[in-house]
Amino acid sequence: MKENYTGTPTNRVDGKAKVTGEAKYAAEFEAPGLLHGVVVNSAIAKGKIKRIDTSAALQLDGVHQVFTHENRPGYSWFDKHHQDEDAPPGSPFRPLGSDEIKFSMQPIALVVADTFELARYAALLVQVEYETEPHETNLEANLDQAYKPKKYKSPPPSSPRGDAAQAFERSAVKLEEAYAHPAHHHNPMEMHASIAIWHEGGKLTVYDKIQGVQNSQKYISTAFGIPQEDVQVISPYVGGAFGSGLRPQYQLFLSVLAARELKRAVKVVLTRQQMFSFGHRPHTIQKLAIGASEEGKLQAITHHAFAETSRFEDYNEDVVIWPGVLYDCHNVEVSHQLVGLDVYTPLDMRAPGGTTGTFALECAIDEMAYKLNMDPLEFRLKNYSEKDLNEDKPHSSKELKECYRQGAEKFGWANRMMEPRSMKEGHQLIGWGVAHGAWEAQQQEASAKAVLSPEGKLKVSSATADIGTGTYTVMTQIAAETMGLPLEDVTFELGDSTMPKSPLEGGSWTVSSVGSAVKLVCEKLQEELLKMAQNMKNSPFSEAKPEEVSFANGQMFLTHAPATSLPLTAILEQHEGEPIEAEASQKPDKEQKNYSSYSHSATFVEVQVDEELGTVKVTRIVTAVAAGRIINPKTGRSQILGGSVWGIGVALEEHTVLDHQLGRFMTHDLDKYHLPVNADVHETDVIFVEEKDDIVNPLGAKGLGEVGIVSVAPAICNAVFHATGKRIRELPITLDKLL
Amino acid sequence: MRPFTFTQSQDVDTAVQEVSKEGAKFIAGGTNLLDLMKIDVMSPSHLVDITQIALDTIEETEAGGIRLGALAKNADTAYHELVETRYPLLSHAILAGATAQLRNMATDGGNLLQRTRCYYFYDTHTPCNKREPGSGCSAIQGYNRDLAILGTSEHCIATHPSDMCVALAALEATVQVTGKNGARSIPFANFHRLPGDTPHLDSNLQPDEIITAIELPANGFATHYTYLKLRDRASYAFALVSVAAALELEGNTVKEARIALGGVAHKPWRVPQAEALLHGQQATRENFQKVAEAYLEGAKGFGHNDFKIELAKRAIVRALEQATKKEATA
Repeated sequence: MKENYTGTPTNRVDGKAKVTGEAKYAAEFEAPGLLHGVVVNSAIAKGKIKRIDTSAALQLDGVHQVFTHENRPGYSWFDKHHQDEDAPPGSPFRPLGSDEIKFSMQPIALVVADTFELARYAALLVQVEYETEPHETNLEANLDQAYKPKKYKSPPPSSPRGDAAQAFERSAVKLEEAYAHPAHHHNPMEMHASIAIWHEGGKLTVYDKIQGVQNSQKYISTAFGIPQEDVQVISPYVGGAFGSGLRPQYQLFLSVLAARELKRAVKVVLTRQQMFSFGHRPHTIQKLAIGASEEGKLQAITHHAFAETSRFEDYNEDVVIWPGVLYDCHNVEVSHQLVGLDVYTPLDMRAPGGTTGTFALECAIDEMAYKLNMDPLEFRLKNYSEKDLNEDKPHSSKELKECYRQGAEKFGWANRMMEPRSMKEGHQLIGWGVAHGAWEAQQQEASAKAVLSPEGKLKVSSATADIGTGTYTVMTQIAAETMGLPLEDVTFELGDSTMPKSPLEGGSWTVSSVGSAVKLVCEKLQEELLKMAQNMKNSPFSEAKPEEVSFANGQMFLTHAPATSLPLTAILEQHEGEPIEAEASQKPDKEQKNYSSYSHSATFVEVQVDEELGTVKVTRIVTAVAAGRIINPKTGRSQILGGSVWGIGVALEEHTVLDHQLGRFMTHDLDKYHLPVNADVHETDVIFVEEKDDIVNPLGAKGLGEVGIVSVAPAICNAVFHATGKRIRELPITLDKLL
Repeated sequence: MRPFTFTQSQDVDTAVQEVSKEGAKFIAGGTNLLDLMKIDVMSPSHLVDITQIALDTIEETEAGGIRLGALAKNADTAYHELVETRYPLLSHAILAGATAQLRNMATDGGNLLQRTRCYYFYDTHTPCNKREPGSGCSAIQGYNRDLAILGTSEHCIATHPSDMCVALAALEATVQVTGKNGARSIPFANFHRLPGDTPHLDSNLQPDEIITAIELPANGFATHYTYLKLRDRASYAFALVSVAAALELEGNTVKEARIALGGVAHKPWRVPQAEALLHGQQATRENFQKVAEAYLEGAKGFGHNDFKIELAKRAIVRALEQATKKEATA
């Protein structure tokens, strides 16, 4: 019998290494003569460095150098050499580039010393005088400056369909509202860190916290003009990233700069406060207008987004694609405009654009349901879309209706009273809310290598990352199942730029892309094994075609006559004690182009709101997800649970506060930037709805990284409305807004 | 972090001598001081570790109250049988603060001396009169959602962050201190200061003084009490508003009422004359509302924190209702 590793809840293969501390993260590696760098950040948001005095720092015994814009070594001049795989159009920020200050907390110096403690002390002694210029950090106050970027980072907003303005005017029921989503910072548990080790001759080994080692490798190579093969980037474990590791961050640049100049190994680790000094989910204001017929059929949707970006890059994300993905409406107009501010460029953060856009759209849809006096779930079903109307393509699969059905049943939605404030226990107003969401299921080209030892142990590798999502485990499952080997005989390796090419670990596409490559490379090995078996004397496989053989329990056998089998180790003896290996690249199949593929979720939420004090407690969350085949229901469930918890944060707690007078983020630690704590998380259920998809990729798996978060916050907002009758359109819903 | 020297004192007298040195500070649990040193908000040149001094016992006093040794841990205090049975308000208040890990480290004396959590106090690149006298207050015109509405000055609108102190204020504790000039006892109401024009001073403890104990009087209001804490998440968040409420009831008549507010001022906020409005009155919502109005008299918001005025009133009413009904917490 063939073991079905995929689809079976499986413990993390790296679990033991993680809980015993054996797993090493970027900052934990050692190098001979390792020096420590500490970054000095700017106090102002805009202006110039008039004078930077490093003499007091340099006088300390054990301080090797203080790098500033005045003494830094040269690096590449061209913008494109500073761009990385996730860079938005524009001119990337270059650390220590000049005396110009473009955002508050901009890195302006790197102090390098024998110890971390000394470097940190010396950093306090760097004296900076600024020439301050007026800054603008207020999105609302600068909406009149909004512009359509010449080039969009993600696909540009789709062209209008139908005539939204006219259809809206003619609609029997109309809704026009604005929704505000604040800036968020990623705040993974592990702070960004890099160790750059300089070797004689100029080669570099770099340990980096990154969601794609080859992205860092290429960036270092082009920014510093080093041949790519002279840079090896290693990142075996990542302690959470949520998008913050999609772009190489400034600690990498600075550690490389210092290591090359000092011809040493240099480590730079950011502090929690400095985690607020680079990319963030952008503050976004969305204006929605929805028109519907009296019977509750959507007639028109306009969805206009206004989001902040930096002065030097045009960051945008998929905020306004959702009406076309989620609803059957034929008069749609969307736009996404940017407002340049004196801040760092925003950065993809879990479900970039999806979290922001779905919040607004799903709250507006709920508002419209109430205007129509229709059950919000019924209203969604009435406007259910069988097609992706942005692309005018059918879905490769879409079991969202089943998500609704199973989610509603588990939650008990049928018992809901429509009227707000109609359910109450003591001082607690009870509210039930629903929302749905989606995230695109994409496949990127990816490669993998497989090596099978004479003992029948398989090692598969690809230069991808595991940011806590379970990549190690899932790839091991796919390889073990394909090759018919026990899980413990299979090792998956990742996070080394010398490994076969992999896309960035993001966009929910890792299982789809790298997993498909892993499957393919194992199939190549199987072909190789068959050839070897056929070369054996009196081979029972001499006439067998590749499609006629199967692999299980460490054996190769004829599918129609399983008794005809050979242990893989016996076949491998033909190779005289040498392992066999294969490499393969998997590209998306052309057939995919005819379809649209999304993972879908429906979330049902119960909240308790204190009628006098405004405190909100999320007592129940049920999320039903349709995402194709779930390779590992255990790690998959964890991803959806994580999305649910984060959704609580998005709806009720998270908010990076900008002081516009100072142009500075002020909530820059985890005491002041609130994420949900255990005590905020109560009953949380996850349902995986069965969904078969032969088109999305060879595995039939759609990806779970982002879809778990998108529908949670709007469902909470809608539940708060149901509880209180108050519609809060500006996140987070803190108690003061409900008094 | 700047370099500092470090010494351990074994007794109170040596500790007082050591802390009298230029730039010296005590360190006990270190749960606040170390954070502040890492971000250069505080930079003592000499640290005096007092954790070896035998000041960690909790015992009954001759006057019928209890004495909390200054070095008793917050967690040990909250779960101490005497505290749980006779001063449950204090126990609840302590457990509403920080996290289990922090409460295991933090000492009772240190809890009194923790610094404000004002955003600007924590960022050395912004003006702050508490951190750097004369530099200005960023919060008054800035983001002040968490900050004070009572007893503020034009120089500072910081709040005292402790939960424990709110209960101690309501219970009318006294703080026992020893300095070069000997020992003295400070009523809790006089321990912390209002910012006035000296916002850099949090308390009336003198630089050479050490807290040795906190004493509680005999009445612990163990029947009708509530600690109600309103915050932005269910744990590990400072109070937007908190209320320690304690009542002595005879039937439904209030014999004595104690109310202290946290999260609204530079010190735990008490208004004895407003409490007195309840004395001899019925424990009704209407009467509680009158007290709430009186308690917030003179309150002033700074924009983002305007809501605290209404929230504090509602919290007082709720806390008194709960205390009447013997509901200890929200």
